[in-house]
Amino acid sequence: MNELRDKGVTRALVREIENRVRALGRAVRLMEVCGTHTMTIHRFGLKPLLDEAGVQMVSGPGCPVCITPNEIHEACLDLLAGRENLILASFGDMTRVPTRKGSLQTAVPAAFSRLKLVYSPEESVEIARAEPGKEIVFFGVGFETTIPAIALTVERARNEALENYSVLTALWLIPPALRWILDAGETTVNGFLYPGHVSAIIGTRAYRFIAEDYNVPGAVAGFEPNDILLGICAVLDQLREGKPRVHLEYGRAVNPDGNLRALDAMDRILAPADACWRGLGRIPRSGLELREPYRRFDARVKHGLRIEPGSGDLPGCRCGEVLRGLISPPQCGLFARKCRPDAPFGPCMVSFEGACYIHHKYGRDKHLEK
Amino acid sequence: MCLGIPAKVIQVTPEGTGKVDYLGTKVRVNFSLIEDIRLGDWVIVHAGFAISRLNEEEAQETLALLREISKAQGD
Repeated sequence: MNELRDKGVTRALVREIENRVRALGRAVRLMEVCGTHTMTIHRFGLKPLLDEAGVQMVSGPGCPVCITPNEIHEACLDLLAGRENLILASFGDMTRVPTRKGSLQTAVPAAFSRLKLVYSPEESVEIARAEPGKEIVFFGVGFETTIPAIALTVERARNEALENYSVLTALWLIPPALRWILDAGETTVNGFLYPGHVSAIIGTRAYRFIAEDYNVPGAVAGFEPNDILLGICAVLDQLREGKPRVHLEYGRAVNPDGNLRALDAMDRILAPADACWRGLGRIPRSGLELREPYRRFDARVKHGLRIEPGSGDLPGCRCGEVLRGLISPPQCGLFARKCRPDAPFGPCMVSFEGACYIHHKYGRDKHLEK
Repeated sequence: MCLGIPAKVIQVTPEGTGKVDYLGTKVRVNFSLIEDIRLGDWVIVHAGFAISRLNEEEAQETLALLREISKAQGD
């Protein structure tokens, strides 16, 4: 599979892109909606090559850690700090997001920490089984890629009647967020690079409305540098032909119909709900919540959490604008000054897939000279 | 967070779990999202679950396309 990273192939693809932009007669602005794509674009040095070729890549709401608003992080923190008999299981990135009350890692004294980092949601169920005398809450955050794993984990907890287990869900659906971006019209998007692993679950049809109703082209791309360039070629072809569609570049991992087992599990266990995204605000049916009979495993229900949308924003943080594609990370006054990977101020600098972290790590934005 | 790694299936249990080999590391994985999982299949693993089975034919097609573009551009 060397061709996917081969530099000679990369050069050839960049020339293909240059030719297509020239034929189109104008520069284009494409949005990638996946932190792993952002990572590849910067890590392999594609950003300056694409800029020069006339393709500006802008990051969208493609990082679940980043788009989860602070009030949900704070609710988690309150649970952990307020109840001695409670263990919070969380993906690592989530524990470093700063809020008005600190982060999960800083706000709870380390010696008494009841915070467990997990890689798989299933590990949280294993903790619940091993600690029957304790209450376990799993901070279940994710896009469609992760949602089936979280859903099946809740189903398992119910099958095993683990009454000491619940999940604080923060589940986000990509297609409604893209509709929001297009409806808002705040930023020019000539085409989308759709997320590869979200698409492995939902397939390509889920984006068809973007081509049909909004006339905006797009491609589902893989995560190697030449995958991304091939996806961009396909978007440019659609622009030139004036025929937007959903191109599938990542066919080796994505079935156009999606993963039917995963979709069935999501539908069986979860129901669509309005959700409030950081920066984007409330978007109808852009989230999911546990259906009956799984609701007793919903930490909001079980622990009576009241989470007020928009209440936790940190003044000065411009992550919301980064997630909407309005500004590039270096345009934020805090970037590389008050907000750095070792001392993040906003979530996009925390997550390894956050746009600010990636710009800071790989960017040639001269921020290091400041 | 949607990082997924390609890995080869090296053990499947009747309960739909098992192990994959990722660059020599053996990792426990839940296969319940994949129909008819078999030893030797390549899957994308995310958060402890296999979320997709890699399609060899499609992979070869992409590679062939890349070789073609590279050749046409004289690289």
